[in-house]
Amino acid sequence: MRHLMSPLDFTVDELEELFKLANDIEANHEKYSEKCHGKKLATCFYEPSTRTRLSFESAMINLGGSVIGFSDANSSSAAKGESVSDTIRVISCFADICAMRHPKEGAPMVAASKSSIPVINAGDGGHQHPTQTLTDLLTIRSLRGNIKDFTIGLCGDLKFGRTVHSLINALMRYPGIKFIFISPPELKVPDYITSALEEKGIEYKEVISLDEVMSELDFLYMTRVQRERFFNEEDYVRLKDFYILNKDKMAIAKDDMLVLHPLPRVNEISVDVDDDPRAAYFKQVQYGVYVRMALILTLLELV
Amino acid sequence: MLNIGKIEEGFVLDHIKAGKSLQIYHHLGLDKMDSTVAIIRNAKSSKMGKKDILKVECDINMLDLDVLAFIDHNITVNVIKDGEIIAKKELQLPKEIKNIIYCKNPRCITSIEQGLPHIFVLADEEKEIYRCKYCEEKYSEIKELK
Repeated sequence: MRHLMSPLDFTVDELEELFKLANDIEANHEKYSEKCHGKKLATCFYEPSTRTRLSFESAMINLGGSVIGFSDANSSSAAKGESVSDTIRVISCFADICAMRHPKEGAPMVAASKSSIPVINAGDGGHQHPTQTLTDLLTIRSLRGNIKDFTIGLCGDLKFGRTVHSLINALMRYPGIKFIFISPPELKVPDYITSALEEKGIEYKEVISLDEVMSELDFLYMTRVQRERFFNEEDYVRLKDFYILNKDKMAIAKDDMLVLHPLPRVNEISVDVDDDPRAAYFKQVQYGVYVRMALILTLLELV
Repeated sequence: MLNIGKIEEGFVLDHIKAGKSLQIYHHLGLDKMDSTVAIIRNAKSSKMGKKDILKVECDINMLDLDVLAFIDHNITVNVIKDGEIIAKKELQLPKEIKNIIYCKNPRCITSIEQGLPHIFVLADEEKEIYRCKYCEEKYSEIKELK
């Protein structure tokens, strides 16, 4: 029995199988519509995350399975002080697979160690959110045809953004990827990541201005720059427009560059970019459902 | 010069950094055993200037020496049987340590889950970096453990 705690739990070859399955699901919905008939997914969400929870639930329903669960800790026995270990032992009697989101880092790993059903980490604090990374990789692979030989710009809060760290770690395993980190100095990508890139001889550069590198990018991964992350208001005002993607910036990008975003978007991508064919962030949400369907099938060994 | 008699069976832990012997005494659980133990502090050392030494009379299979490497892998472990040194053990950093150090990350599941052991995993042998098994927080005060 396997669980998914980190995107690196799967080898590149295993991910390739997963993505092929996701693409087959995309092309042949009907073939998979009863694959999980009689199976139950438990969504154990100790903190609210409507988007991720609904994506998992949609995935299971698309497979003909059903869903049980809770969507915040107050409506579960955690409010009475039950441990994660006890909860998962109980949930194991009710469901066939569990997706768990928890504010405490490592909680899904504790659950996996006591569980008799596969556990998927659906986000644990600021630590891991593997299905977001799988979504990002599947989107890149599906829209480009493969995961190799491209330049990706990651823009915004690169210091605290766990989706960014996780994506960089996952992309490091693929050949010919060049990274451009676009952020204010306060929100630079952590040293341990740049050290890892240097050790592996992977090309990267760090810049402050998005305009400066826009024309080099094959992918632009946008994240939100939060006001509270800045040390002073002056810097925030000075830099915030650097990181708002609008039509003017899109005009200097390649014709086939693609824009990704883990969502929710606030104002870092102007709504007038949404109609640009290069805006891929809503397609990304759809790929999120396909990759979760593929993951559920794989972990339930129904492939 | 202080003289302490030979031991028949047990360990002589030599080249302990001066001042660390009591810490090791506790981590090896020697305070809970009824073995004869000699703690020698601030002994003269040509290599180290000052050093601590621990002599423990016990069954040689009784001690878990993994923790020693975690505290200081420069310690020399002499294994004694029938009054003679039968082996000198090289210490290697343990791959995993349990309940020796504790995760200080307030967002880690170890901060709330009852009965959960604090496990740290060796993430980088060269740099001697251990990370919490659950939240991957780095433990950076290896030599300062309580």
